[in-house]
Amino acid sequence: MTARWTALPVVSSRSRPVIALLVLLSAVVAALAQTFPPLTGRIVDQAGIIPAETREAIEPKLIRLEAESGIQLVVATVTSLQGQEIEPYANELFRSWRLGEKAKNNGILLLVAPNEKRVRIEVGYGLEGTLTDALSKVIITNAITPRFKVGDFGEGISRGIDDIITVLTTDASEWQERPSLRLDSQQTDDPLNWFIVALLIAFVTLFIVSPGFRWFVLNVALNAGVHSGGSRSSGGFSRGGGSSGGGGFSGGGGSSGGGGASGSW
Amino acid sequence: MKMLLRIRTIAAVALLGLMVSACGYNNIPTYEEQAKAKWADVQNNYQRRTDLIPNLVATVQGYAKQERDVLTAVIEARAKATQTKIDASQLTDPEKLKQFQDAQNQLSGALGRLIAVSENYPDLKSNQNFLALQSQLEGTENRISVARRDYIEAVRAYNTELKTFPGLLWASTFFRNNKPMVEFAAGENAQTPPQVKF
Repeated sequence: MTARWTALPVVSSRSRPVIALLVLLSAVVAALAQTFPPLTGRIVDQAGIIPAETREAIEPKLIRLEAESGIQLVVATVTSLQGQEIEPYANELFRSWRLGEKAKNNGILLLVAPNEKRVRIEVGYGLEGTLTDALSKVIITNAITPRFKVGDFGEGISRGIDDIITVLTTDASEWQERPSLRLDSQQTDDPLNWFIVALLIAFVTLFIVSPGFRWFVLNVALNAGVHSGGSRSSGGFSRGGGSSGGGGFSGGGGSSGGGGASGSW
Repeated sequence: MKMLLRIRTIAAVALLGLMVSACGYNNIPTYEEQAKAKWADVQNNYQRRTDLIPNLVATVQGYAKQERDVLTAVIEARAKATQTKIDASQLTDPEKLKQFQDAQNQLSGALGRLIAVSENYPDLKSNQNFLALQSQLEGTENRISVARRDYIEAVRAYNTELKTFPGLLWASTFFRNNKPMVEFAAGENAQTPPQVKF
């Protein structure tokens, strides 16, 4: 991650494109170097600290929560934060799993790193108003870390999940209108329209003024276009927006901006 | 014959339009708008931090009146940070961004000292209101660093588009006024946001 923070050095304008490309490449490499556990279900126990009975107790609650409210709540334990603080790690993990619905960003990640003794509740954009930082902190300090301290990870996670669900389900009216306030979800205006107009004017002007351009368009470009166009099907492209079927669990496209709280024990 | 010619012309224009937009003409304005939106997020989060401060100062004051220096430092840094604002069109100006950055860094420093000082007051440390404010501050600092990271990535995409092919062609013709945006200089404590310990 540190590679992304470095500022571009001042270089001669000629070598800038090269540098920019190199920086982009290094950013890509840095992003690839970060490996996250795959999202295999609602409970991803990479560190192997969640007892089977806890898992069986929690999973139906998580499923019911999503069925009733659309909120994707995922529990993850990792063997290592790979040298990072838990905050950026949790945020990137959340984003790579894309928890929550895309339009509502209503995902929550409870991340436990037993080796670093760190725990974090990462809250998606859409739920920041319901499960606030202060409430997340209260849940961590009251329900989770006291049990983690004595080594009872199953009970700590179970109580933490119960509390999170209680907060989420008690006042439904507020969080339902939150996502619309997000600035992030709006799309910028497509500048294509005015561009086509400008291009049209330029084209027509050129067409009238320059005989060489006229000849080129009529004899070369258009003929080529017509010939290849004749055999082409007019399918256009369609974008599938649906999630995959087949029983597995996957993120819905949600994102997080660092809401939530962390704690240690 | 004339009619056919006209139809051909229209078809050619449409074809060329499609070809041009496929060549990444839209990328520069799209990336520019994305970077500006990310900047708005950065500024919102800094604003959110500024909004937390009056409450925090009032709470600390109730328990630690004698820490006048630290409290005034926070209030002054806040006032200064509120004054230095950048709108999206000024993102290409390194000087402006540096001023903004400096003002916010000063506020971070002052806040860090305030939190450090509050460690000395057990009553304050166990005050519910203070604990809630502290966790909000902590969350806001984290949001700031996430927003900054997103902004830096958006700016990098935009700047790269301006400097690489095929964006380079558009940048030197239609978008001659589009200047590269300034990334946050990695300040001395930019990598690690001030830690708010409990």
